[in-house]
Amino acid sequence: MEKFTKLKSIAADLQISNIDTDMIIPKQFLKTIKRTGLGSALFYEMRYDEKGNVIKKFILNNSPYDKAKILISGKNFGCGSSREHAPWALLDFGIRCIIAESFADIFYNNCFKNGILPIILPENQVKELSEVAKNNKEIEIDLVDQKIHKGDNRPFDFKIDSFRKECLLNGYDDIALTLKKDSKINSFEQKKRNLTPWLY
Amino acid sequence: MAKTLYDKIWESHLVDEQNDGTSLLYIDRHLVHEVTSPQAFEGLRLSNRKVKLPGSTLAVVDHNVPTTDRSKGIADKESAIQVETLSKNCKDFGIEFFGLTDKRQGIVHVIGPEQGFTQPGMTIVCGDSHTSTHGAFGALAFGIGTSEVEHVLATQTLIQSRAKNFKISVDGKLPLGVTAKDVILSIIGNIGTAGGTGYVIEYCGEVFRNFSMEERMTVCNMSIEAGARAGLVAPDQKTFDYIKGRPLAPKGENWEKAVKYWSTLSTDKDAKFDRELYLQGKDIEPTVTWGTSPQDTASINGKVPDPNLEKNEDRKKSILRSLDYMGLEPNTAIQDIKIDKVFIGSCTNGRIEDLREVAKIVKGKKVNKSVDAIVVPGSGLVKLQAEKEGLDKIFKESGFDWREPGCSMCLGMNPDQLKPKERCASTSNRNFEGRQGRGGRTHLVSPVMAAAAAIEGKFVDIRKII
Repeated sequence: MEKFTKLKSIAADLQISNIDTDMIIPKQFLKTIKRTGLGSALFYEMRYDEKGNVIKKFILNNSPYDKAKILISGKNFGCGSSREHAPWALLDFGIRCIIAESFADIFYNNCFKNGILPIILPENQVKELSEVAKNNKEIEIDLVDQKIHKGDNRPFDFKIDSFRKECLLNGYDDIALTLKKDSKINSFEQKKRNLTPWLY
Repeated sequence: MAKTLYDKIWESHLVDEQNDGTSLLYIDRHLVHEVTSPQAFEGLRLSNRKVKLPGSTLAVVDHNVPTTDRSKGIADKESAIQVETLSKNCKDFGIEFFGLTDKRQGIVHVIGPEQGFTQPGMTIVCGDSHTSTHGAFGALAFGIGTSEVEHVLATQTLIQSRAKNFKISVDGKLPLGVTAKDVILSIIGNIGTAGGTGYVIEYCGEVFRNFSMEERMTVCNMSIEAGARAGLVAPDQKTFDYIKGRPLAPKGENWEKAVKYWSTLSTDKDAKFDRELYLQGKDIEPTVTWGTSPQDTASINGKVPDPNLEKNEDRKKSILRSLDYMGLEPNTAIQDIKIDKVFIGSCTNGRIEDLREVAKIVKGKKVNKSVDAIVVPGSGLVKLQAEKEGLDKIFKESGFDWREPGCSMCLGMNPDQLKPKERCASTSNRNFEGRQGRGGRTHLVSPVMAAAAAIEGKFVDIRKII
């Protein structure tokens, strides 16, 4: 997983609530057995018409937002299915940070496994950043200090679990971390075998 | 200290807990399907890792499979590759696999309970958001992403943080014709699709106690549509009776031990919930969704909302977008909405009791000329049972297509899809834009409401029919 420390980019503003994972990556692209290559299918039905032509007015089809690494969106972003193809598609497109009032639980989790930082902010701050985005101004995310700089002297603070922060900063592989606790897992399992033998 | 059912299951699976609350949770059972697993197995291979406990994992193909004749395999090349990949992965890593022609094949959340794989007090995960279904047994069951699938395969654990407790109680009795689907749609309409975010919901009260296991599964299935991590119903005698004798259920001395343990799995009397919601069964009506989010619900006697009456700007924008996509005018009576398709099936409503209820409604009647209707059983065993009871004949005589089991038109990864602007009465769980096919318009309803709509060609109040 690629490390995440600082990110400076213009941001694309997509103010729709309840953006679901079917919108982010429709079903026909879930047939892949790879993690990569899904960027061109991101928001497919909003980006392309039924004949596959580019829909000009969609934000990610327009320069400079087609190079945005930050996405600002409405509440409950990523609701719906558990498909990790959603963060894979965002990442493949180049998005490393999503800012919204709230996220759906599974999607939020999936982001961290892929080096994407989802940031939860109150409504007024999301609105302010959305204005910054519309004015083509860059936003800088500093994960170390947990600050969002927006070109004035009033950076926003944001919260993140310390464990998740450490994993992002270092690009840690979760499984390798957990496997260090293998003996703990094994002794736990041994206890379970005695307590609930019908499970084994 | 008094504990909730969720607290009890959580604590009994806690391998490790860090100061910041990050926890390592032991996972008892893992269900795997073809769409969200190939990259996980690839990850194991790349890092030379094994599956820690292959016997705790069960795999099946469901999302991609055709529901028509399967004798020649799968025509779509990519789907075929995904299905073959799962078969090979299971062989290589020693995991039990129900393939395309296995009579036990079916939707992952139908076959788990059917095989006795799902049991109370367990932690169960699957790379599929509707894993919440298994909470009907008093198991902590939730959907995970592919990276987490890989994590569970390699370590039999997951890194998690503790959720909050949400009690939803529905008391009294439901009116005739009002089903488990109407109950969960009403709950989602009430709390919204983000209302359960950060919570595990425990469903309490007389209505859920009176529900069969299959009805409880319908409710828990859609907990994720309320944003909750999981839904739970405390196990009782009905749960034990359902599990007893199934292929993977505990046997002999172990059965006695298991029931003794399962009987301890309920919320303590004085336990505190972080949030509570109380509803009355008598107030719940047959429910239809009109928009593109499961929270967009209306009573069968209701109307499509008028965005001009909405004061919240954000909500107004959502309603306008939904109505435009759905091709509906504000204030249209729900009973005036005509449909083109009916889909009966899915992990929400594709079990034998659902099919029996549909059969009762359509027996001796004909599907409306303007409607295409299909019934897709949730599993091969559901299909066999339905055929044993002659339900297939009733469906076919009415003009329904009787199909092979799978996820089918719930998400349309196989050829079962809506065409643009086609309107469907669907017993599935999501009415998102494009969910059942690009431009397709989905109305979520109960099986009996879908059956009645198939006959009438539009939505009707089931209470006037039965």
